[in-house]
Amino acid sequence: MLSQRFVESLVGIFLLFAIAALTILAFKVSGLTTLFPPKTYTITAAFDDIGGLKVRAPVKIGGVQVGEVTNIDLDPLTFKAVVSMKIHDHYKDIPDDSTVGILTAGLLGDNYIEITPMYNKTYLKEGSQIEYTQSAMVLEKLIGQFIYKLGNDNPDKNKENGEQHAHQ
Amino acid sequence: MIETLVLLGRSGISQLQELGKAGILLYRVLFFPPNLRKGFPLILQQTYAEGVLSLLIIVVSGLFIGMVLALQGYHTLAKFAASQELGPLVALSVTRELGPVVTAILFAGRAGSAVTAEIGLMKATEQLSSMEMMAVDPIRRVISPRFWGGCIAVPLLTIIFNAVAIYGAYLVGVKWLGLDSGVFWSNMQSSVEFRADVVNGLLKSVVFGVAVSWIAVTQGYDAHPTSAGIANATTRSVVYSSLAVLGLDFILTAMMIGEW
Repeated sequence: MLSQRFVESLVGIFLLFAIAALTILAFKVSGLTTLFPPKTYTITAAFDDIGGLKVRAPVKIGGVQVGEVTNIDLDPLTFKAVVSMKIHDHYKDIPDDSTVGILTAGLLGDNYIEITPMYNKTYLKEGSQIEYTQSAMVLEKLIGQFIYKLGNDNPDKNKENGEQHAHQ
Repeated sequence: MIETLVLLGRSGISQLQELGKAGILLYRVLFFPPNLRKGFPLILQQTYAEGVLSLLIIVVSGLFIGMVLALQGYHTLAKFAASQELGPLVALSVTRELGPVVTAILFAGRAGSAVTAEIGLMKATEQLSSMEMMAVDPIRRVISPRFWGGCIAVPLLTIIFNAVAIYGAYLVGVKWLGLDSGVFWSNMQSSVEFRADVVNGLLKSVVFGVAVSWIAVTQGYDAHPTSAGIANATTRSVVYSSLAVLGLDFILTAMMIGEW
């Protein structure tokens, strides 16, 4: 028969072992980082079409993640999608005339938000709204436009298309 | 004809009786908890006997299940050129299903059967009756600590099983088959949610722990006090526990996927 003290310490080690495993599951496996959330400020932007953007999608500048989408709502008057996102306090000098667009990771990947910084000397702060937005590219619409253009085969339309392509 | 009907009815009544006895036992265990100062060391001892001593089988089987899952998953995923999704495959299947279920079934075989046999033998040798003679409540002294020990041990074992299985998969996928370590972990992190996958898996394991401990304790307490009776009870303890775990798993999964 083992002494009670020995048994107790073994159970204690067992418990510690399990707690360590839970920490691994939380941080290494499920990537839980919000236990001590970093300080952030919230900005909003109104889009015509957000495509497949979801809450918690990353917000990036130059491909580096600086925050995430916290809320997506529809403006009842203008019927634009209002996307709220929180940006880490660390990146607080983003010019307020920056443009914000919804891009797709890879050809068929998830949507994310990319902020392209501009040159103003006033910066985004808590609650400010980005004016210059660029809607998501929806693949179906693109294909639809493409087919529509292919279908219009009268000559002057063709010419116009050609000019457009030249511009692009 | 009538004879068969009578037999059927009799067996139905006796089944219900057993269920009722099991319910009363659970009620007594739950609502007459052991005295904190006297009962705590007993629970700790049972946690040691059921949890710490099951650690070896849990760790070894977790390691091998993780390794096999990685090996099988890798070769299947490679056909679709999606072998970088090995991390999510292993992590999701282990935390959601395999971890809780396999741990509970192994626990039923390793510790549940031992509890049943121990309590059954105590009953057969009239140790339980002699405790009652000495005004010691056998439920508080013997049954309750074993029940609570099992309830504590199963979730902890499940956590350890999950972690070990994922590292087993890491061992095979990254160290042997040459997947990139960063891709393995980052894909896993982006598709595993702590609340929806890990915590729900643990919730399952808590339910399984209660079910397995309850069945083990009940079968021991209701065993016929003969050697054949104890053998029967032990077998039934393992069989019923395994079936209960698999059935409950289906119900719980259905509830969790239905945004319960």
